[in-house]
Amino acid sequence: MIPRPKPERFRLRRTMMFMNAQKPGLIKDAYIYGCDSIMLDLEDAVAENQKDAARFSLYHALKTIDYGDTEVIVRINGLDTPHWREDIRVCVAGGVDGIRIAKCESAQDVHTVEKAVEEAEREFGAEVGRTLLMAALESPKGVLNAYEICSASERMFGVAISGGDFRKCMQTTPQHNGIDMLFARGQMLLAARASGIQCFDTVFTDLDDEEGFRAEVFQNKAMGFDGKSLINPKQIRFVHEVFAPTEKEVIQAEKIVRAIKENAEKGLGVFTVDGKMIDIAFLPGAERTLRLARACGMYEGDLV
Amino acid sequence: MEILKPAIAGTLESSDAQVTVEPGQDGIELSLTSSVMNQYGRQIKATVLETLERLNVQHVRITVVDKGALDCTLKARVECAVFRSCGQSEENIPWGGVVQ
Repeated sequence: MIPRPKPERFRLRRTMMFMNAQKPGLIKDAYIYGCDSIMLDLEDAVAENQKDAARFSLYHALKTIDYGDTEVIVRINGLDTPHWREDIRVCVAGGVDGIRIAKCESAQDVHTVEKAVEEAEREFGAEVGRTLLMAALESPKGVLNAYEICSASERMFGVAISGGDFRKCMQTTPQHNGIDMLFARGQMLLAARASGIQCFDTVFTDLDDEEGFRAEVFQNKAMGFDGKSLINPKQIRFVHEVFAPTEKEVIQAEKIVRAIKENAEKGLGVFTVDGKMIDIAFLPGAERTLRLARACGMYEGDLV
Repeated sequence: MEILKPAIAGTLESSDAQVTVEPGQDGIELSLTSSVMNQYGRQIKATVLETLERLNVQHVRITVVDKGALDCTLKARVECAVFRSCGQSEENIPWGGVVQ
C-alpha cells in the first residue's frame, strides 16, 4: 500500500491531465509525463456498464502505484446518476488527494458531496477534512452560481470550466479568439479570485490544431488562470513553458521579497525597488512567482 | 462468496486481463492463458488464487486471459468478476476489507 501524504490545498497546478480510470494501460504510468495533477476519470470516459469495473481498477491503482509528487484527483459521476456515492467511497478509501465534482450547479451540490466525503472519511478511518474538492462548471447555471460554488467549502481548492458541455448549452463552438467562452471564463475567474481558490481552463480537444492550442494557452495565461486541463501528454510541455515566469520576473520577485523582509526589520512599510513603489501588498504575488519558478527549475534560493 | 451466475470483467487490451467466472462444484478450476506465460505464469496464478481466497470463493470455474496485466489490475478484474456474479458490484463494496 502506498500512503499518500496529506493533500495541499494550494499547490502548483499548471497542468491537469485526464485519464480513463478503466484503462490499466493508461493509469499505471500516468505520473511519468510530468503533469502537476492527473485526473482519473470515472465519469464520461467510462461506459455506463463499466462503472463498477472502473472503481475496482481505480482502488488498486491508488493502493499500488506510487504517483510520487503528482497530485491524484478523481472525476466522479454527476449527482443526477446512481454512481456518485460509491465513487466517493472508493476515492476516500483509496486515499485520493481530491475529488472533482462534475456538472456542479450550486453551493448545495458542493455541500451534498462534502457530506458524503465526510461520511466516507469516518467509515474508512481517514482524517476528516483530508480530501479536497474542486468543482467543474458545465452549464450556464453553474457559471452564474460560480461565486457561491467557489466559496461553499474549506475543502474547495479550485474551479474549472468544462467547455464541451458549456458550449453546447450556449449554442456555440470553439472559436480561435475565445469569444465563445469569454464571459464564462471571466466570471469564473472573478469568482475564484474572490473566494481565494484556483481556476483552471477547459481542455483543447483538437490535437491537430497546434496553432489554436497555443493561442488558447497564451490567452489562459493572460486572463490569469492557474492552469489548464489536458487530454494528451504532448500538451504538457507547452503549458509549462507558457505558465513559467520570465527570468526578469523571477529576479524582480526575488528583489521584492528580500526588500520587504529587510525593510520590515527596519520598520519601513513602503519603499522603492528599481524605481517602483513596493509595499506588503506585493509579497503574495512575488512569493507565488518564486514558487512557480522553483517548480519550473528556475529558482533554487531559500526565500520560499 | 458464492458464484451465482456467469460474469466477466476486463478487456483483451494490452496491460489488461479478461476474467470470466462461472459457478463450479469442484473447488477452484483455473484456466490461464497469458502473453507472458513463460516469465510470469506462476505469479499470475498465485495472484488469482490469493484473490479468490481473500474473497472466500470456494467453488468456481475461472478463465483468465492475460495481456500483460500488473498484479493490481489482475486483482481488480478478478474481484469485479466475482462481485458481478453475485450481483453486488455496484455499491457498498468492502474497500480495504476483503477488497485490498
